[in-house]
Amino acid sequence: KCPLVVSRTFWGKNIKCVCFYRNALLEADINKLGFSSPAARKTGTTICGVVYKDGVVLGADTRATEGMVVADKNCSKIHYISPNIYCCGAGTAADTEMTTQIISSNLELHSLSTGRLPRVTTANRMLKQMLFRYQGYIGAALVLGGVDCNGPHLYSIYPHGSTDKLPYVTMGSGSLAAMAVFEDRYRPNMEEEEAKRLVRDAIAAGIFNDLGSGSNIDLCVITKGKVDYLRPHDMANKKGVRTGSYRYKHGTTGVLTKAVTPLNLEVVEESVQTMDTS
Amino acid sequence: TLEACCSRAWTSCFNSTSIMAVEFEGGVVIGADSRTTTGAYIANRVTDKLTPIHERIFCCRSGSAADTQAIADAVTYQLGFHSIELDEAPLVQTAASLFREMCYRYREELMAGIIVAGWDPRRGGQVYTVPVGGMMTRQPVSVGGSGSSYIYGYVDSNYRAGMSKEECLKFTAEALTLAMERDGSSGGVVRLAVVSEQGVERQVILGNQLPKFSTV
Repeated sequence: KCPLVVSRTFWGKNIKCVCFYRNALLEADINKLGFSSPAARKTGTTICGVVYKDGVVLGADTRATEGMVVADKNCSKIHYISPNIYCCGAGTAADTEMTTQIISSNLELHSLSTGRLPRVTTANRMLKQMLFRYQGYIGAALVLGGVDCNGPHLYSIYPHGSTDKLPYVTMGSGSLAAMAVFEDRYRPNMEEEEAKRLVRDAIAAGIFNDLGSGSNIDLCVITKGKVDYLRPHDMANKKGVRTGSYRYKHGTTGVLTKAVTPLNLEVVEESVQTMDTS
Repeated sequence: TLEACCSRAWTSCFNSTSIMAVEFEGGVVIGADSRTTTGAYIANRVTDKLTPIHERIFCCRSGSAADTQAIADAVTYQLGFHSIELDEAPLVQTAASLFREMCYRYREELMAGIIVAGWDPRRGGQVYTVPVGGMMTRQPVSVGGSGSSYIYGYVDSNYRAGMSKEECLKFTAEALTLAMERDGSSGGVVRLAVVSEQGVERQVILGNQLPKFSTV
């Protein structure tokens, strides 16, 4: 008989691994029937950030995958933390979404309490302490960037809670491709246009060389007092137009017999909802 | 399994590290390489593994990056609070004890090998080593991290008591260079710091400026 709640005491605080055994049993049952349980939606991703002369440029691709299938062709990976701080997220989509929202909320309360614009290092502390508390079970790998009273700052945050403060960072499955571009062309104190081009090229390298990344390139340029959220900045993968028509003409299949049975129905209410095919 | 859930691919580890600390008359010299790896990828090639805990107390971090950063932050807070309560500079031994308390109590969950080094008015320059498992002991010279295995012989044969500050700096730089040369998972630049009564002096030796040894 397995306990439903596994309580692990670490760092003086309990983290409850609720449903762990239940999930394991369900998985085993499903496997016995020959199926596999659905994979968590991950953002197999390319995200990156660069510090330039006046601020920070963050970049991300827009593909969200569920195993080997693209679940969302145009998801937004650059999350709002505060008016001067944004965060790109790679890893499990739900984890990055929720973690950034929680810290954004706490940071707003903190900012109201201090009466000051929040600092990037505060957001970094809050994120790393939360992720460490969950010992890596929250699969959120983040690139945090912003401009505060002490200038522009850029941090990379790993799921286990370690952080690095650097002038340029990349994360996600496409991070190696993006880092190659950065290592080649990064210079300190770039101009805004050059920095945007560099980030765009780094994300493009991830999109075209990594299977987990794709679709468009989103950019977020943060400077003192201004944020340019460019979504999309570059539609690198526009859907092509089919050259030929593959529809069969009416009459291709010969009709042998036809029987029509009218159904006596009256329309009570009609509402039309279009499918989102973007 | 519970462990398999946890994506090992994301672990940012400094176990690939070479760190070192040496006592001399009037202070300590500490040094580290600058490589952090996630698996075979170098996540940060310019890491600073010499973390200030207090004005004249530093720690050299090896092991899991997340664990050591969290421990160092916690000890920095505790030591700062303790120092304000005492209204005087804290002892290096106190800092080392705080590290030991945490590393021993949570030894099953943590992977952290730490060298605590600094200067205090009571006992001068001191080096305490707190390896994985949570033991604490004071040593005149201490090396740590995966690269340390390759330089025990060099350190044991070349260390002399009573070296000057410059000799200690040269000794540390050369030892770390040799470790980085042989340990595939240490590399980058050599970060050095001298902690003494006068304060902290930090320096960086870039890759092309490292001391050269004959390579067969």
